[in-house]
Amino acid sequence: MTPAPSAPHALSPTRRSETITAWALVLPAFIGFVVFYALPTLRAIEISFTDWNLLRAPKFVGLDNYATMLEDGKFWQGMKLSAYYVVLNIPLQVVLGLFLAVSMDRLTKSLFVKSIVLLPYLLSNVLVAMMWLWMLDPLLGLVNSLIEGVGFERQPFFGGVDQALLTVAAVNIWRHMGLVAMLFLAGLQNIPRNLYEAAALEGASEWQMFWRITLPLLRPVMVFVLVTSVTGSFQIFDTIAVTTNGGPLDSTRVIVHYIVQNAFSFYKMGYASAMSMTLCVVMMIYTVFQMRVMKASENDLA
Amino acid sequence: MNTIVSPAVADATPHRIRIFTPGRIAAWVALATMLVITLAPLWMVVKTALMQSANLYTESAQILPSEPTLANFKRVLGFMTADESRALGGSGAEINFLRALGNSLLFTAIIVVTQVSFAAMAAYAFARLRFPGRNVLFALFVGSMMVPGVVTFIPNFILIKDLGLLNTMVGMVAPFCLMQGFSVFFLRQFFLSIPRDLEEAALLDGASYTYIFTHVVLPLSITPLATIAMLTGINMWNEFFWPFLVAKDEAQQVLPVALQSFKSQTAQGQPDWTGLMAATAITVMPTILLLVVLGRRVVESVQFSGGK
Repeated sequence: MTPAPSAPHALSPTRRSETITAWALVLPAFIGFVVFYALPTLRAIEISFTDWNLLRAPKFVGLDNYATMLEDGKFWQGMKLSAYYVVLNIPLQVVLGLFLAVSMDRLTKSLFVKSIVLLPYLLSNVLVAMMWLWMLDPLLGLVNSLIEGVGFERQPFFGGVDQALLTVAAVNIWRHMGLVAMLFLAGLQNIPRNLYEAAALEGASEWQMFWRITLPLLRPVMVFVLVTSVTGSFQIFDTIAVTTNGGPLDSTRVIVHYIVQNAFSFYKMGYASAMSMTLCVVMMIYTVFQMRVMKASENDLA
Repeated sequence: MNTIVSPAVADATPHRIRIFTPGRIAAWVALATMLVITLAPLWMVVKTALMQSANLYTESAQILPSEPTLANFKRVLGFMTADESRALGGSGAEINFLRALGNSLLFTAIIVVTQVSFAAMAAYAFARLRFPGRNVLFALFVGSMMVPGVVTFIPNFILIKDLGLLNTMVGMVAPFCLMQGFSVFFLRQFFLSIPRDLEEAALLDGASYTYIFTHVVLPLSITPLATIAMLTGINMWNEFFWPFLVAKDEAQQVLPVALQSFKSQTAQGQPDWTGLMAATAITVMPTILLLVVLGRRVVESVQFSGGK
């Protein structure tokens, strides 16, 4: 088996076997990528140009769905509610998560504490929604008993037009702040302790150390948290499906709920696809923008 | 990057020694409050599940039920007739909990095993083997993470429907079991960090790439494989939307779907809270069990998913 002097462009036997092995290893994932990601994405674009209720053959309508969308008040309402939901949700989630992370970093390494903090994230949205439906029940819920106990009026929570979405956001904050805290905690543990020592020697206060050292060095984690939690919140569906189902009076009909309703209640596959493509584009623009603004690729510790 | 300071020096920082400063006490109080807010709903679930429906109005804010009973668990699990259950304030609805649990376990296990295996295979090829199209394909895989589920679910639903796979386990697992961009990306990162010398020694001895993958790389990768398996498992255990779309039949329902349909069967005006909370309590159990048995691994896996 002497290695044949191969021409530069022909693959040697070893290189050929390497290629074959590689493709054999990649094949299952490749099939999954093509069948469940690539083709469906292309198909979603195609469907968005049709009028299709799954019963008759799809009918090509060009940009009609997109035109309808722009004039559909419920589409804009859904987008607005989703954006509003993100604004209600993210700042508090990040601040509380950061606070939890810094406290745990300073106070305790206890696995028990970490487990409790992380627990809500490990429960399904459906379970979490169920628990909070009960906690926030207008008639019998614990929260209303407490509110009444301290002399305020009972609140409808999920049943109130002006507070249903706020309530969903609060529930989501409860579920996610522990996850955010764990991610920040991992980031905190990568910050060299001697930075704090040096700062302390120069008389910096805890508060100054937080703003000047901790926060800037957490930037990579911050970008990750912001990108994933904003795009995730924009796609909120499960909690709403279980608690309010879009009501009362459409006050929680966020965009994904409206898309699902169009697809599986009204069977408007084309229209639903047009809206989902639009949502996808909006989120991609956000992601790129966020990564640019926060210079995600630069590392302050290197 | 931590080489500048030795752990011994780091541990001797002043603010680790002072324990009872006002700031620390305030922080402890705040942390404890957050823990209570986290645990209170779970406690109320258990407490309500142990209550008698008749006491709901009088004892809704009590910490402990005055007359605890296991009746709610019995009727949710179907150990009572529908009439007996209605007599206790239920809707007659029940969860076939064991079947839903079985479905959930099967659903999660199939996806964890297949997805992690296929991701590891692909990740190894991307990390170590040269083949035409490698970089483009890897970029596409990573790019697939950017496509939100809301784009693909309609075409995927239509595909599963056309293949006649609605209400089947195959239809439920199909979109998850072959490829997940994050798993491939995550494992490739780890494989890249394994020193090449180890493999080159084996190559010189005449080992094939497949042999190196299964006998050198995989044994060195138990921790990242466990991490990605854990993350996939948690996500799939909690997955609601896709199983809800493709498998509404009771016989195929996974736990979150079963719980949702149990809820939607109870009256809107006067929900069967003791029954709902018994069902909720049972459904929470596997997660608590996971934390008790594998707590550290779970916490570390979740941390790995973001920071690294």
